[in-house]
Amino acid sequence: MSAEYDIAETLDVKGASCPMPVVKTKGAIDDLAAGDILEVLATDSGSMSDIDGWAAGTEGVELVDQEEGDDVYKHYVRKTE
Amino acid sequence: MSTDTPDAPTDDPPSRVELAARVDELEEALAEATTDDESKKMSIIATKGTLDMAYPPLILASTAAAFGYDVTVFHTFWGLDILHEERSKNLKLSSVGNPNMPVPNAVAALPGMDRVTTKMMENKIADNDTATIEELIETSLDMGVEFQACQMTIDLMDYDEDDFYDGVTTGVGAATALQDMADSDIQLLV
Repeated sequence: MSAEYDIAETLDVKGASCPMPVVKTKGAIDDLAAGDILEVLATDSGSMSDIDGWAAGTEGVELVDQEEGDDVYKHYVRKTE
Repeated sequence: MSTDTPDAPTDDPPSRVELAARVDELEEALAEATTDDESKKMSIIATKGTLDMAYPPLILASTAAAFGYDVTVFHTFWGLDILHEERSKNLKLSSVGNPNMPVPNAVAALPGMDRVTTKMMENKIADNDTATIEELIETSLDMGVEFQACQMTIDLMDYDEDDFYDGVTTGVGAATALQDMADSDIQLLV
């Protein structure tokens, strides 16, 4: 579960829909230091695919894990540089 | 390999080591020129000003900015209304001409129906927590998206440069848009 990660910051975008989860994740990642992990809590079911795609196509970030909870989708993104 | 170069008898032919060094140098230059260029670019031309058609360019622009793209959105004709501070808050959804609308065209053409369908859409947007046009513009501007308002259509529509959101570029035309498209990895007309 999420306790495995040393989370530097949690971003709550519950309720927000496309494109805001990705856009706000990008903003939050920019404020972190290299190596930090950002936890993103979303209710947008599209965020599973979108954050995965964003992380794969964006320099300096890496998707560590995604969890599909009952009604919250959790994403763990590491800033790599 | 023949080393006979009768045209240049005084120059020694380059040695294998020199050639290898030259190849390395060229490969390095090639790698630099092809991979390590500036960030990716996207250019969108936004031509529509209805509420539904205002979303795609703004959603794609803000998302591309999140990917690290340099994004330019060139707004022309009705697309200008998206950047118009006042008009962007009152974009309408047409009730006619869209067979997916729940009202037949004969009814949709009645006076006031555009207001009804627009209100319906606005309610759905609010219920779904979908970002408003204004939010998407402000977010995109914060992320460095460049919004351009076509000068020819500003004059045509009798708009003023001060009518647009702060940060919108005016005084640009088709050649600017074309140059942006030529430099871009992704080009879209919406």
